[in-house]
Order: sequence, then structure tokens, then C-alpha cells
Amino acid sequence: MRKLNAFHGGLKLEGHKQISIQEPIITAEIPEELIHPLHQHIGDTAQPIVEVGDRVLTGQMIAQAEGFISAPVHAASSGTVIAIEPRLVAHPSSIKDTCIVIKTDGKDEWIETTPHNEDYKRMDPSGLRNLIRDSGVVGLGGAGFPSYIKLNPGAKNGISTLILNGAECEPYITCDAALMIERPREIIDGLLIMRHALQAKVCLIGIEDNKPEAIQAMQQALTLQEKTIIDVITIPTRYPAGSEKQLIKTLTNIELNANQLPVHNGIVVHNVATAAAVGHAVLLGKPLISRIVTVTGAAIDRPNNYDVRLGTSMQVLSRQAELQSHKMERLVVGGPMMGFEITELESPVLKTTNCLLTITAEELPQEMHAMPCIRCGDCIRVCPANLLPQQLYWHARAKDFEKLQQYSLFDCIECGCCTYVCPSHIPLVHYYRFAKTEIGAQERDRKKSDIARQRHEFNQYRAERKKQDDEERRRKKKELLKKSQQSEHKQDAIAAALARVNAKKEKAPANTDIDNKKETNQ
Amino acid sequence: MSPLHTSPHTLFTNSVTRVMLLVVIAMVPAMIAYIHFFGWGILINATLCLVTAFSCETAMLRLRNRPLWPYLTDGSILVTALLIAFALPPILPWWIPVLATAFATIIAKHLYGGLGYNPFNPAMAGYVVLLISFPKQMTAWLPAQSDQGYAMGFIDNLRYNLFNELPANTSYDILTQATPLDVVEAQTGLGHNIAEIENSFVQFSDYFGVGWDWVSLMFLLGGLFLIYKRVISWQIPIAMLGTLALLSSIAYLYNDQIHPDPLFHLLGGASMIGAFFIATDPVTASTTPRGQIVYGIGIGIISYVIRTWGNYPDGVAFGVLLMNIAVPTIDYYTQPRVFGHDKDD
Repeated sequence: MRKLNAFHGGLKLEGHKQISIQEPIITAEIPEELIHPLHQHIGDTAQPIVEVGDRVLTGQMIAQAEGFISAPVHAASSGTVIAIEPRLVAHPSSIKDTCIVIKTDGKDEWIETTPHNEDYKRMDPSGLRNLIRDSGVVGLGGAGFPSYIKLNPGAKNGISTLILNGAECEPYITCDAALMIERPREIIDGLLIMRHALQAKVCLIGIEDNKPEAIQAMQQALTLQEKTIIDVITIPTRYPAGSEKQLIKTLTNIELNANQLPVHNGIVVHNVATAAAVGHAVLLGKPLISRIVTVTGAAIDRPNNYDVRLGTSMQVLSRQAELQSHKMERLVVGGPMMGFEITELESPVLKTTNCLLTITAEELPQEMHAMPCIRCGDCIRVCPANLLPQQLYWHARAKDFEKLQQYSLFDCIECGCCTYVCPSHIPLVHYYRFAKTEIGAQERDRKKSDIARQRHEFNQYRAERKKQDDEERRRKKKELLKKSQQSEHKQDAIAAALARVNAKKEKAPANTDIDNKKETNQ
Repeated sequence: MSPLHTSPHTLFTNSVTRVMLLVVIAMVPAMIAYIHFFGWGILINATLCLVTAFSCETAMLRLRNRPLWPYLTDGSILVTALLIAFALPPILPWWIPVLATAFATIIAKHLYGGLGYNPFNPAMAGYVVLLISFPKQMTAWLPAQSDQGYAMGFIDNLRYNLFNELPANTSYDILTQATPLDVVEAQTGLGHNIAEIENSFVQFSDYFGVGWDWVSLMFLLGGLFLIYKRVISWQIPIAMLGTLALLSSIAYLYNDQIHPDPLFHLLGGASMIGAFFIATDPVTASTTPRGQIVYGIGIGIISYVIRTWGNYPDGVAFGVLLMNIAVPTIDYYTQPRVFGHDKDD
């Protein structure tokens, strides 16, 4: 038995997981229209490689990765590209973003795929990574970081431990649990590929103990031989156990330094669904075109996990799950603790969309007056980063950004535990997000003004130098001129002298005469 | 479009009112014990304190343009008023509770910015101002009623407190007596030893001060309830009581003729109410776990020193107020180690 290590703080939350995990995963219908945003991952936006009017096939790359950190986008079903235009995208700030819109033809005709089966073991790691990159796999746990980068540790970092995150600590969400219960083999196959790419020694799969079926399914799917390198570990249910740093602490007792990545400690963490997607990409040669989304909450009549084509609008998905709009007070993408509210159902399911949660009025506080902080310290007790949330709040209110950084604002993982327990009902996380954004903006401004100042200073310097140069040049020129003038003078003088001498010589007889005359006169 | 709501999207699990009401509930056993031993005076005082507190709170909120309802119902003023009532002797002219509470609410609480912003514990500030101004009235207690002596009924108590009228055939000096802590302080000062004092003063039973022990035990009970309910954390009470116990043990072992034993210190005076109900006031106490231990130790030391060598029989209120000033410094130097940071980061 592996010794587990508790992280500081955290909360025991009501799971509400049973609501959405009673029935097997439902394959969602392919919608008439697929909306593929070019930016569904961390990093640079993908660039479209199709044009309006093009016919595309299922799995065809329609936008390619651009830059080092980026991911391509694939058509989730066959059809015709009808638009490449800004559409509303589910995002905390509900922005419009460029999307490739496909009108599906219902044939769901696949491009030709190249399954690699077992021969991936003979592929060199970089080839394997390129394959995964071209399949558009990103972290499906929520962050959306392109996976191939996390399979490329760099020569300096040997990987000792590969962790699969099956904690799924947010209440209501069960998409990972459903995947582990129904498709454990796909996850393990993906894990083995990841292990090969990373050359990792040990593989750990961390699952919260409120998912006994998932734990059992994963354990049963392992072959005897696999059991020697893969360890399914039951971890205590304690939000946010699935947060990367907290999970690493729990499983390995390593506390990642604030500015360190797991890879610096020989650790890589991937989500279980990401592993399955990697498996699809390599073994079947199929890019990422669908994911499992939990649709749940009291306003959903058919709460369940849906296997959804990426780009399906929330409208279509929620209609299939029988959303009762009149019961719903708030619609959230993600879980109740960290999810963000959306108001428009037209936005599509993204690679990172793990849950669509409806919340009724009774499940939400009536809008109440936030009281002053009474410094009770409940927030300190639950903070998994061991921060002093009440001090951060104090300084965030005062917009004292220097103090905020002194109190390690940027170590806040925005898990929401402090807000959850605050007796004064202060939206603490909101203050921290605001402060982080402000500091970020300030920093950008500072950088901008630094650059501007440097430019200005350089310009001034250049102007100054030019002036000096000009002066110098002028001075030199003058000098030169003077010199040449002087030398002209000299030459003139010499010439004049010579002329005089010559003239003298010419006149010499006469002169002599005169002299003589003089002499004679004398 | 209305601004979007930010996470978490959940119901509130706690409220200031809930916290304060739990504190009030935790005071009930001590209140019952107090009435049992010292009569109805505390209820008269509590009523005066509550009326004053809510009037002053309302007036200050009005003046400061703050919404009345959320602040009048947050329970904080209720706790302040009750703590003052517990601190005052049961037999007392009416204007003392009124003045103490008015000072606490208007000056110690609202002039510093109201709930959450006051650096000093309002109840203790109000109490100490009156203690310094009217030491005679503030230190004369009724004898515990299990004792012989004049049992003062509700009406008698009320008549004295409101109209300064004493029952016939008695006088203020006959009615009242010093608290056990007071007796020990005064008598050891005169050169008497503890055994003599305990034998010759009615304030003492075989072991502790009569009545005080039970009230203290009830505060302990209430305090444990608050820890169980996670309204307060263990650090402050344990640190404060531990320090008191340690210092009094050392003194007791050194010379038990002039130093009372540790239990006398723990169950006498304001130790228990101080440790669990006053020092733990969230607004004015230290907030970091290590800071709370320092803060509790500080109160323990100051209380012990004032009890033993100072002019006042008890020192908890002074200890709390003095450590209140030190809180920002304590908190600054006792910040917890942030996850993934080195100790000195």
C-alpha cells in the first residue's frame, strides 16, 4: 500500500455524482451544424486550412497548429464548410472567437486513418509526439494544454513518474468516472503509449474513493504484467484533490515549488480522458473529434454522460438531455466550485468542456449583502495553497498589488474553498481574479511603457548621437576646410613667393641695373 | 446583460449571524450557573447592555449611512452586550452597564470602522474603561448564594441597580464582597498565606472560590462546544490556559504559601470566559495558526502577571487589549508557509 499524504485545507463536499452516472454513456446525435473554434487550447490559435464551400470529412484537419504551443482542429463530422467567422464561444468572459462552421451531411464519412496498433513502440518518441500533436489532443481535464508538449520532457528531465488524474474532485462531474467504468482499456492503452513516449518508470492512477466502480473497473482492466508498472491508487475524497499540485502531493509527497513544473521533478500528470484520446490517436489513427460531457443538475430531465462531437452547440446537447429551462436559474460550464456561468446556449462544446451544469434558484443564495470580513480565519483553514485569504482580500480591496504579491496571490489556484466557507459571503475568488488580471494588465502596461521608454530613450540617444555626429562632422569639415584653406593659403604664399622669385629673376638684370645705378649713384 | 456570476455557484454554508448565535448558545450554561450562584443581577445588567447596545448600534449605523437590517441581525452586538454583562458585578448602578456598552459600541466598535475593523475587543474596551474609572463598584461582587449571607432577590437587585435603594437592615458593604481573586491578591499582599486565607474567607469552599468554579466550568463546556462546531480554533484557548497553568504551577511549586495552585487560576476570575469567549473574538484576535498560539501565550502571561503583581485582581481584560494591539505584528511574522514555498519565501 502506498503511503498517501494529506494536503493542507480542502473541503469535504457533497458529491452529487449519482445523478449523472446511473446509466451508461449516451452517444449524442450529430448536429446539423458544428462550430469549431480555432482556439480551444492553451497557446497560439490554430490557422484554418479549409475555405468556405470546401467539403470536409470526419477527422479531417481543418485548422493547423501554429507556433510551438498550439493544437490543430479537426472536423467532427463530414459536411461542408459554410462559414469561417466569429461566433460566441463558452468562455468566462463570453467572447466571440473565430470558428469554422460546418454544415454536416449526416454521412459521417471518415478520412482515411492510419492505425498504428502495436508498432508505436518502434516509432521514435518525436514521431510519436508529432502524431499526437497532429491529432489535436489537449488536456481534457479542463486546462486544454496541448498534450504532446507534456509528452516531451526534454533531454534534461528524466521522467520517473507518470500520473493519470482520475480524481474528478468537483461535485456533479462524472465524465471521467464514466469513462473509467466503461472504457478502462482505452485509458490504459493510452497510458502505455504515454509511458513509452516519456520512458517513465512508474505509472500511478489517482482516483477519489467516492468512485469505487471506477477504481474496480480500472483495476480489473489491468493485466498481471501491467500491474507491475501501473498502480491504481484510491485517494481520499477531498476537494480539490484533483488539482495537479495537490494530487502530486497526495501521491508522491512532493510539493511543487511555485515556479516549478511537475516535469522538473520527473513527474508528468495527464487526465484519464486525455490518455484515452492519445490511445485513439495512435492506435486507431483517429484525431480528437469527440469527448464525454456530463450534463446534469436539477433542471435536466435526462442527466447523464454524453459522448459528444466537438463543436455541437450547448443548445443541441441540452435539448437532448431534456433541459427544463424554466427550472434553471444558472447554467454553468464545469463544476459548481470552479465552473463559469454562460448565458448563451449557442456556444459549442469545446475540447475542454467537461460538464454542463444547471442550477436551480433553490440551490443558489438569494442575492445578499456581503458583510465585512470578521477575520474568523475559516478561509485559512481550508486554503489548499496555505495562503492567508483574508489578507489577500484586504490588500485586493486596497489594490495594494505589491502586498498581494508578497502574500503570494499568484499561488492561489482559484478553487473557491475560501468563498465557500466565508461567513461574510465575500466573493473572495472574484477579488483575487480581478487583482491577478489587474496586475497582469499593469505588468503588460509596464512592459509596454518600458519598451516605449526604451524606444524613446534610444531615439533620444540616436538623435543626440546624430547631433553630436553632425557636429563632429561639421567640425571636422570645418577643420578640413580650414586646413585646406590654410594649405591653400600656404600654397598661395609659396606660389606667390615663387612667382615673386621668378619675377625677380626675370627682372634681375634690370634690378641689377638699378642696383648698379644705385651703386653708381652712391 | 447582467454581469455573470462568478464561482463557486453554491449556497452559503455559514453566516456571521450563525457564528454569533452559536457563541450566544454556548454562553447559556454559564448564564444559568451565574444566575444560580449570583442571582438575577446579570439579567438586569444584560437587559441594560442589550438595550444600550442596540440603540447605539442603530444610531451609529444611521450616522454612518450603513444598512440597518444586515448589521443589526449579524449578532455581533448581541455577543458584545452579553460579554459585558458577564464581566460586570451583578449589583451595580444602572449607568455603569449603560456607559460600558455605549463606549464599547460607539467608540471601540464604530469609530474604528464597525464590524470587522475594530482593533480592540469592544466588550473589553468598554469594561476596562469603567473598571479604571469606577474601581470600587466594578470589583464588588455579591456572595455566591449557596453561601450564608443575604440572598438578594430579583426585586431587591432591580431596586438597587435602578434606584440605588438597598433592602432594609443591610448596607452595600454587608451585601457585597470581594471576588476570590481579589481576596488572594489583597491578603497575600498583607503577608497572609493561602491556607489562612482559604480558611478565613467565605468566598472559598474547600478548594476554589464558591460559585466561580461552576461558572468557569460552564464556560469551558461552552468553549468546547464552540471548538467542536469549528466556530473557534483550539490554538488561542489552549495557549492561554496552558500558559496560565504553567506559570501558576511554577509559582506554586516555588512557594505554595503565597501562590494559589494552578486550578485556582484556571477556574478563578475570567480565565475560562476569557480563553474561550473573549480572546477568540475573530475580529480582534490573531488569524494565523501560529500567531494564535503566540497571542494566547501573551494573554496568559499578562493575565498572570497582573493577577500576581499588579494592582487589579484580574488581568484577562488587560491581557486581551494589550495583545489586540500586537495582532498585526504577530500576524505579519507568523504567516504560514505557502504551498510550494520555502520557509523564508
